[in-house]
Amino acid sequence: MKFAVLVFPGSNCDIDMYHAIKDELGEEVEYVWHDATDLSEFDGILVPGGFSYGDYLRCGAMANQSNVMVEVKKAAAAGKPVLGVCNGFQILTEAGLLPGALLRNKNLKFMCRTVQLKVENTNTLFTNQYEQGQIINIPIAHGEGNYFCDEETLANLKANNQIIFTYSGDNPNGSLEDIAGIINEQGNVLGMMPHPERAANELLGSSDGLALFKSIVKQWREQHV
Amino acid sequence: MTKVKIYVTLRESVLDPQGSAVQGSLAKMGYNEVTDVRIGKYLEVTISETTRDLDSLVKEMCEKLLANTVIEDYRYEVEEEN
Repeated sequence: MKFAVLVFPGSNCDIDMYHAIKDELGEEVEYVWHDATDLSEFDGILVPGGFSYGDYLRCGAMANQSNVMVEVKKAAAAGKPVLGVCNGFQILTEAGLLPGALLRNKNLKFMCRTVQLKVENTNTLFTNQYEQGQIINIPIAHGEGNYFCDEETLANLKANNQIIFTYSGDNPNGSLEDIAGIINEQGNVLGMMPHPERAANELLGSSDGLALFKSIVKQWREQHV
Repeated sequence: MTKVKIYVTLRESVLDPQGSAVQGSLAKMGYNEVTDVRIGKYLEVTISETTRDLDSLVKEMCEKLLANTVIEDYRYEVEEEN
C-alpha cells in the first residue's frame, strides 16, 4: 500500500508520519508538496500536524486553498482512506470533508502530553485492529483542539456512529462530548487531534497508535490483494 | 480604490474563552459593569476598480476564506477612497 504524506509550509509532524509508515508499518510512503496536482498513484492520504501557513487567519484555512486539497477531495470522493491528524484534522474541517470546527482550547493553553482515548467504534477502516471500548495512550500537542459543531450535526454524528475516539477521563481541551476524533459519513475520512504517529513504537512511550495504521492496511489488502 | 472593513466574530452560540478571560481581568480591575467581552478579527481589504458587484465579491471572499461560517459571523463596511 502506498501512502502520501502531505507537506504544507509549516507542517512539522510530516517526518513522524513518514517514519511511522516506512519503519514501523513497513509500507511505501512519499512526501507530497502542497502544490501537487495529482494524487492518483497513492492508496491513502495522510494530512500531518503542524502550523500550515503559520495558521494565520484560522488553523487550516489557508492550507485548504492549496492545489493539493483539490486532489484530496477527489481521493476522498473516490473512497480512498484520508487521515488528518491535529492540524490535518483542522484542515479537513476547513475543507468541508469533516463537519464542525476546532476552537481554542477552553483553558487557552497549548496542551502537550499523553492522554487516554476510548475507541468508540471499531467498525471502521481506521480502527478494525482495536477492541470496542479499548483505552489507548496517545499524545496530544495542540492549542486549538476544542471540537465544536451545532446540535443537528452532533445528533447526526451520534446516529451514524461517526464519533470514533473520545477523551477518557480528563478532557484536555473542552471539546463537545469529549470528542477527540470523528469520521465522515462514508467512513473513509478520519480526523483526530491526538497523534497516533507519535505512538508507533514503545521507545516513544506507547505503540498504541500503530494499530490505526495497521487497520488501514488490513482493509486495503482485503480489497486489493 | 475601495476600502472594505471586515469584522469577523465568533457566533453567539460559540463560547469565547479569550473573551471570558479578558472580561475576568476587567472585572478584577473594578469594571463590574462589563457583562460580556467577545474577541474577533478586523480586516481592511483594499479593492481596485472591478466590474464585479462589490457586495457579492466581499461576501464570496468572506464565505470562502475570511470567515468560517460554522463558528463565525462576519459583517463589513464599505469606505470609498480617493
